[in-house]
Amino acid sequence: MELSIGHLYPDLMNLYGDRGNVIALVRRCEWRGIGVRVLPLGLGETIDLDSVDLLFMGGGQDKEQKLIAEDFRETKGEGIAAGVEDGLPFLAICGAYQLLGHLYETAAGERLRGLGLLDLETRAGKRRMIGNVVAVSGLAGGRSRTLVGFENHSGRTYLGPGVRALAKVEIGYGNNGEDGLEGAVHRNVVGTYLHGSLLPKNPWLADWLITAALRRRYGNVGPLAPLDDRLEETTHASALAHRRPWLGLRWLRSGGAGPRFGPRAAKVAPFCSPML
Amino acid sequence: MRDLLAVWAGRVALRASRRLGYGGSSLPGQVALRIQPAILRRLAGRLRRGAVLITGTNGKTTTAALLAAILEAAGWRLIHNRSGANLIHGLVSAFLEAPTAGRRAPHPDIALLEVDEATVPEAVRELRPVGVVVTNFSRDQLDRFGELDATVSLVARGLDALRGRGFVALNADDPLVAALGRGRPGRVIYYGVAEAPCRAAGEAETREQRHCPACGRELAYRSFYYGHLGRYECPGGDFARPASQVLAREVDLGGPAGASLTVNVEGHGEVPVVLPVPGLYNVYNGLAALTAALQLGVSLPNAAAALARARPCFGRMERIAIGGRELLLALVKNPTGFNQVLLTILGDRPSPGRPRRRFLIAVNDRYADGTDVSWLWDVEFELLARRESEIEGIVVSGLRALDMAVRLKYAGFPMSRVRCVPHLGEALDVAMASGTARGPLYVTPTYTAMLELRDILTRRGYTPPFWKAEETWS
Repeated sequence: MELSIGHLYPDLMNLYGDRGNVIALVRRCEWRGIGVRVLPLGLGETIDLDSVDLLFMGGGQDKEQKLIAEDFRETKGEGIAAGVEDGLPFLAICGAYQLLGHLYETAAGERLRGLGLLDLETRAGKRRMIGNVVAVSGLAGGRSRTLVGFENHSGRTYLGPGVRALAKVEIGYGNNGEDGLEGAVHRNVVGTYLHGSLLPKNPWLADWLITAALRRRYGNVGPLAPLDDRLEETTHASALAHRRPWLGLRWLRSGGAGPRFGPRAAKVAPFCSPML
Repeated sequence: MRDLLAVWAGRVALRASRRLGYGGSSLPGQVALRIQPAILRRLAGRLRRGAVLITGTNGKTTTAALLAAILEAAGWRLIHNRSGANLIHGLVSAFLEAPTAGRRAPHPDIALLEVDEATVPEAVRELRPVGVVVTNFSRDQLDRFGELDATVSLVARGLDALRGRGFVALNADDPLVAALGRGRPGRVIYYGVAEAPCRAAGEAETREQRHCPACGRELAYRSFYYGHLGRYECPGGDFARPASQVLAREVDLGGPAGASLTVNVEGHGEVPVVLPVPGLYNVYNGLAALTAALQLGVSLPNAAAALARARPCFGRMERIAIGGRELLLALVKNPTGFNQVLLTILGDRPSPGRPRRRFLIAVNDRYADGTDVSWLWDVEFELLARRESEIEGIVVSGLRALDMAVRLKYAGFPMSRVRCVPHLGEALDVAMASGTARGPLYVTPTYTAMLELRDILTRRGYTPPFWKAEETWS
């Protein structure tokens, strides 16, 4: 099996380690023997629906968002819209998430029209919303899963009735710091403010995207082969501990040494064998 | 009267905090500022030649240290925030620490101050400097500054506040820095490198957005040196890399010991320079220091000679001997800096004869480190994976050791050679004890991890607290 990941504007939209998400998708395919290639999709390039199985786009500053907004709408919008209706998975972070909505009003008051694929609007606020996030998502069917990440945005996003939230915020601001919601989902499109190492720290979401891409190309492929995710899960769990203050207390009592959030048992974690 | 009181109280606070074993790099300044908010302006008035500010994302500390070495060799009396405390209270503390703070002491010649980018406007207003040096800009602690553009515009505002007085030394090869010189009144001097001496870390290296400051079009590059530094021009002809008045040629990076180059200065001729610090990024720091020294009236041969005798500073490729073993300490704080450190440690080309290298990477996420560790994903750790045969093992440590381990896993580095030891003291023991190689242990900590490590080493008797090494003249 083979997959192609379309990486939209890798040069311009790559704030805060967003490329880590592409690295995670690529590795998790490779480790399972799924062939994978990454197509950079820059300014002026159209999207060929037959050659792309998954789209990714990261965040950018207002300046870069302005630079790509028109190209995103005029050159790529039609292809993306058709793909999305066809089940194409698309992970959009921060600035990309904003441009999938109807409108983004920048801090300077400029109004950037988005693709309108997600029923939402965003306005830049005065205060930046910065910090660690823990949220609970019902995306993966029956069982609700946690998402951990870091947010850093001044845009306040409000969802319309035509879209559902990706997750409920337990710690952090989320879409706007008011309604307790984070991100948005429509078909296989996932928009979120959680940036940087989102997928490596939430491998279940990476696998959800890969599964959606495989199903679109190869039909019902069954569950993915399991991977040794103990390291990722330990990291995820240590980030979750943000919501358990007593772990912070334990950390203080330990004299500030060791992991601030997370079990002291992770001191010499099982996944790391001794150095030669 | 109030000034005297502020200075006196600040110095008492300084002595008290040192007695208690703290470095005291910002508290004394806070005390003095509380008593006399205009204290910085008053203290600056005592300087014979004024102040020089050094700012930018990377290289502030090293550039200031190299410039200090040149000026000290020329016999100048300096005020210098050597410890790297670069917010307003840190600058005040630097004045209080100097023996010249007393009333009868001779006045210092110059204050050499590295300044946090966001502090530049206030520092320029208070100090009215005779010169400002800008090193480079890249993404750094975005959780604090928001976005890079905001940082750049803060520095631009600071330069505007100079109103054409004094000199501005700018890195010609960094378009974000060079753009600050467009249409700027007063003395603007550029420094740069003629030809790139090596390949960049990799094709995938994270680069900043690079667009013409005049028309917004993407800049065309003839070559990249590292990050977004290189030879660039606007395809529409609105902006190009300015000609450097201080230009490095024939750069030989020479591995982790130091670099050598030839510097050509407009109107001063050409001179060979040997730097005590390695890596291309330090070539730029050397050029920046040289540029400022020439502007202050030091001769080119004297400046070049003093550079060769300078010593690397606090945690910047600093060598520490521990019981027959050597530890090389290199602070890392952002992707561009980390890439340069990795490339400098591994060298441009694989060197099969050398002992395999060992690393200790310590990542914290306290405020001074940046609370967001996603920057680790912009570092080209794939370089370590590509050259894993030259690496014996990596110990990851610090509050975010797990995040670092995940990063190495996804970079493709063999996890059988990675060990996760969050506690720094234990990590140091593990890293020092392991391995058969006799080469140095390369330690790359983030800022607070470096301070912690420094404490651990001091307690074990290996290195003096940095403020003791600081009192260079009296």
